[in-house]
Amino acid sequence: MLEIKNLHVSIQGKEILKGLNLKIGFGEVHAIMGPNGTGKSTLANVITGRDLYDITEGEIIYKGKNLLAMPIEDRAREGIFLSFQYPVEIPGVSITNFMRASLDEIRQYKGLPPMAAGEFLKYFNEKKNLVEMTANLAKRSVNEGFSGGEKKKNEIFQMAMLNPDLAILDETDSGLDIDALRIVAQGVNKLKRADNSTIVITHYQRLLDYIVPDFVHVLYDGIIMKTGGKELALELEEKGYDWIKDQGKA
Amino acid sequence: MIMKKIETKLYDDFLELFRINPKAFSHGNSNFVKQQRELSRQNFEANGFPSNKNENWRKTDLSKALNNNYIIDYQEIERGKETKSLFECEIIDFDTKLFTILNGWWASNTDLTSNSQGVIISSMRKAQLDFPEIFDKYYGKVAKEENGLISLNCAFYTDGYFIYIPDNVEFTQTIQIVNLIESQSKLFSNTRNLVVMGRNSKLKLVHCDDSLSRVDSVVNSVTEIIVGDGANLDFYKLQNKDEHSTVLTSNFIEQGANSQTNSNTITLNGGLIRNHIDVKLAGKGGNANVFGLYLVDKTQFVDNHIFVDHAMPNCTSRQLFKGIADDNAKAVFSGHILVRQDAQKTEAYQNNNNIQLTDTAGIFTHPFLEIFADDVKCSHGATVGQLDNDALFYMMQRGICERTAKMLLMFSFTQQVIEHIQLSKLRERIVHLVTRRLKGELASCENCALSCENPNSVMTFEIDMEKV
Repeated sequence: MLEIKNLHVSIQGKEILKGLNLKIGFGEVHAIMGPNGTGKSTLANVITGRDLYDITEGEIIYKGKNLLAMPIEDRAREGIFLSFQYPVEIPGVSITNFMRASLDEIRQYKGLPPMAAGEFLKYFNEKKNLVEMTANLAKRSVNEGFSGGEKKKNEIFQMAMLNPDLAILDETDSGLDIDALRIVAQGVNKLKRADNSTIVITHYQRLLDYIVPDFVHVLYDGIIMKTGGKELALELEEKGYDWIKDQGKA
Repeated sequence: MIMKKIETKLYDDFLELFRINPKAFSHGNSNFVKQQRELSRQNFEANGFPSNKNENWRKTDLSKALNNNYIIDYQEIERGKETKSLFECEIIDFDTKLFTILNGWWASNTDLTSNSQGVIISSMRKAQLDFPEIFDKYYGKVAKEENGLISLNCAFYTDGYFIYIPDNVEFTQTIQIVNLIESQSKLFSNTRNLVVMGRNSKLKLVHCDDSLSRVDSVVNSVTEIIVGDGANLDFYKLQNKDEHSTVLTSNFIEQGANSQTNSNTITLNGGLIRNHIDVKLAGKGGNANVFGLYLVDKTQFVDNHIFVDHAMPNCTSRQLFKGIADDNAKAVFSGHILVRQDAQKTEAYQNNNNIQLTDTAGIFTHPFLEIFADDVKCSHGATVGQLDNDALFYMMQRGICERTAKMLLMFSFTQQVIEHIQLSKLRERIVHLVTRRLKGELASCENCALSCENPNSVMTFEIDMEKV
């Protein structure tokens, strides 16, 4: 589904990703772990098309297409979804209108007619229940005045609405208490299909108890330093990242 | 105070017209009004048109708009020339009582003078003769001739609307006044309005400034509104003028004890627009909300000049003006709050927020608080910013194209003002118009502030929130 080859990315002259390689197959769940400041969020942003970065080398192939040549909105319409680490507040735009605009544009891109209002509302309510989102929350402006947990629930709700092929969860577990974590993780699991893929970016093993990865990668100093199965996450939890660092040097 | 004048032929034209035909404007007026006109004429002669050398006009240069060959038309227009053929308000189910001012003259066929509740809605010319006991008591009492434009208006106005709501009367219908310019030649018109609200009365007033013809025009209006003790006024000004239009409005509102006013000035298009809004809280416990929204592009210019005078204790005022400037447009906001020494327990807030979409657009915001009482709560804030890039990325990551994302952000920016519109039908309409304006679909050549070619077209994602 996604293949990243020798990706070099810098921001304001400082190189963050230094030749990163990553291959994600259909239906796979990949966890990307690593200490702060190693480029995990940069990777998520580059895949989704944020224009703050200079891509100096490498390529990303998504479903056989050159992803880096696609505009942000087309990447989304082609099924890439980012659950933001810090969801943005948009006062004055209700979640309903936001999702309506989003779905309409994605459907238009795919040559589908807009959903009828009744159909949309039914779909909306169905997905709302998936993350146990209250009716009240859905009426409010996007993320405005939401608690940390509500914001993350809202991200997964949107993910449910858009039903992506490749979901990137950027520290979706940060700021969540254990109940919210469970709801969010269960939501993600319910959205799992045989052919869609997930990238879980996290610091902690905790989330991976719920969303079980097929592969765990350690992103360190701008490259994937180590790749393993789900047991690698447990090992990291136990030994810390220094262990990888030392291994990398060895 | 000596005003610095603009050198313009127009100044001579007005005074020359008076020398040749002193009764051109005052014929048929009451003696009281004639005397007032003469005093104002002298003031105008002394002060002329304000130039941008004066502090209050520093960012607003009228010279280009005024140096033009305008016709000063004093030929009275026959009543009944309007309305249905010329103008039709297209807000569906908006129950209003509609009156039209055309080129400065009362053009409606009818007045309201025999209402069982004692309500009067008429023209200024008629009211000064028919109801001198009300008219003379209030006329000219709250307008301050602080610049030559106001003096010019007081001396040379043609006509305007007069509204009287007696004590304890709630006028349930919304009164809608449409001020139209429809002229083949360049026109300068002065209109004068007076609204008198008795104790505990209620009034909803919508004033639309529109243009039908695309010729250069100036509307210079003065509106006086006296709000009695405990009275409640909703006042909406909608401006959708073409780029040939100059609109200069001076609005004076004086509020009695425990009265409440909500004013909302919405500028969608216009060549040069200056709104001067002067609110005096003259009784204890009064409350004034002064809101405004302006959306300007191309070379449009808008200036909102607000003065809120807290003269008595326990009053509150809230100013909120928001605007978006695109292309080479310029927007000016100046908000002056004066809290006099006796006005203890005052609460006065002011906010002006702007989005500047291009480097060539200009925003000038000038908050000014002057506080002489010691037990008050006052605040002010002014911002000029661009659209939030994080929010744009967030929306685009959800598949929304940049144009729609920007529009949604701009629309959401305007909501804080729009949500204060109390009349639901009007609010829906403004939402619709602002949406179209932001999409670039609402041209100023369309008929009026409230009409549009296809009133049923809605944003594709619009949805009834109540059903969610």
